[in-house]
Amino acid sequence: MSDVMAYKAGERRTETFSYLPPMTPERLRKQIAYLIAQNWNPAIEHTEPEKSFSNFWYLWKLPFFGERSVDKILAELEACHRANPGHHVRLVGYDNYTQSQGTAFVVYRAGAR
Amino acid sequence: MAGKTYQAGVKEYRSTYWTPNYVPLDTDLLACFKIVAQAGVPREEAAAAVAAESSTGTWTTVWTDLLTDLDYYKGRAYRIEPVPGDNNAFYAFIAYPIDLFEEGSVVNVLTSLVGNVFGFKAIRSLRLEDLRFPLAYVKTCGGPPNGIQLERDRLNKYGRPFLGCTIKPKLGLSAKNYGRAVYECLRGGLDFTKDDENINSQPFMRWQHRFEFVMEGVLKAEQETGERKGHYLNCTAPTPEEMYKRAEFAKSLGAPIIMHDYLTAGFTANTGLANWCRENGMLLHIHRAMHAVLDRNPLHGIHFRVLTKCLRLSGGDHLHSGTVVGKLEGDREATIGWIDLMREPFVPENRARGIFFDQDWGAMPGVMPVASGGIHVWHMPALVAIFGDDSCLQFGGGTLGHPWGNAAGAHANRVACEACVEARNQGRQVEREGREILTEAAQHSPELKIAMETWKEIKFEFDTVDKLDAGSPALRVVNA
Repeated sequence: MSDVMAYKAGERRTETFSYLPPMTPERLRKQIAYLIAQNWNPAIEHTEPEKSFSNFWYLWKLPFFGERSVDKILAELEACHRANPGHHVRLVGYDNYTQSQGTAFVVYRAGAR
Repeated sequence: MAGKTYQAGVKEYRSTYWTPNYVPLDTDLLACFKIVAQAGVPREEAAAAVAAESSTGTWTTVWTDLLTDLDYYKGRAYRIEPVPGDNNAFYAFIAYPIDLFEEGSVVNVLTSLVGNVFGFKAIRSLRLEDLRFPLAYVKTCGGPPNGIQLERDRLNKYGRPFLGCTIKPKLGLSAKNYGRAVYECLRGGLDFTKDDENINSQPFMRWQHRFEFVMEGVLKAEQETGERKGHYLNCTAPTPEEMYKRAEFAKSLGAPIIMHDYLTAGFTANTGLANWCRENGMLLHIHRAMHAVLDRNPLHGIHFRVLTKCLRLSGGDHLHSGTVVGKLEGDREATIGWIDLMREPFVPENRARGIFFDQDWGAMPGVMPVASGGIHVWHMPALVAIFGDDSCLQFGGGTLGHPWGNAAGAHANRVACEACVEARNQGRQVEREGREILTEAAQHSPELKIAMETWKEIKFEFDTVDKLDAGSPALRVVNA
């Protein structure tokens, strides 16, 4: 059994992409471009980590309806992070056709590895 | 209809039930049967016989026929088409007036359409290939208790397929050991674990004990990972009373999802449980044991796309669909056809996918297709490409068989899934580049690396028994 690796206990996760290494700026740009290409509406939400289990995180401003610029979304993510340095910050793609979210993933993880 | 006179005796079916000039109404229920008639029976007569026996007709004229308006109530065979590549079989299209069927009852529809007629002597074999439920009928059915969007919102999972695992060995574990297996899978990164369909309430593990230990594992894994989790607690039971008792207990423990086997338990039980789930905020996972008995023979039985439509009407939030790439039967284009029927609001006729009719679902919620059976990390790129995000990919052996255990196996699957989703979003061809995508991801995940070394040689390349009828561009998937 010496070659069996013990599974690390108690690691917190934050849903989609949280089992991959933290996003580099280059990878993040591509995901934002995909979200925009799907015609979803980008939105940013943030929360204290201890409240992350709630459905409702703080909405940063309003969803950026019709925004096509990756750079502008990146700038808003950074602004939200700067204003809330201890918070999780996630990017959401609202899909008004399905009345759901096409994607949602945490960009800034509080206490990230 | 005064003027008709009664003449006792046997008439040819086609004189009444073959109506080639009939234009189906939007409210008609339409069926496509594949028929092989007995030698000497003309096709029009065989088609008319099926229409008659599945609607108002019987083998002889009866005087009470004249007390009703049979022209209003009768089923009509209105079209015959050859089956490509088969000189014996032909397709018969039959239209049924909506008033032949009780509202909201797939039970009643099936009793009529796949009842006596399947044993009818003039027919050598008979297969119900497809059904068009008119929107007016769809609106009378409850459908999925939650649907895909609500499930995502309840579970807070977006932009990727869900991941699950059926707990094995499927029979014989004690409740506590079983709960351990569940907990390990969920803490490693899966969203769901599943009772095997064979698990009901056997002497080695009674259902109450299983529910209690499993839910402790689910809740603990949620607290530790910060993600929402569930286990499909199988409420399939010998009686409806017992089924509801188990569902109520699952709810009392905080379970988000329960499970039911819709064919062995029957549509009455299933529709009742779906209604209960809608009223109680419970997700409903549907297993399909017995389907292959009905749908595998290409000449006789009921095609799975019909069973799929019936389940969507009866109610269920998940339904097993086959994997295309794993150990179980399933042609790729045909599978995509019935996946569309589970999820989409409108599915147009598409013979290349075996779909004979437009099907409008109106606002009925969608069912999440579940791909389960003999799949592992190497299948992930193809699964993500075929099924897309609105699916649940279930790795049983492909999680539990990991050399480091369930948590590591779950982790490997989660990493593989997220890597494939990320690559797809980047515009990469995940099926063609599957090996590179997984290899890159494994550099950051020893769990995935070991999983890839363990399973890379396994392939499933038996031929499909039930292929789409010749001429369809069915593709085969060859794994890395």
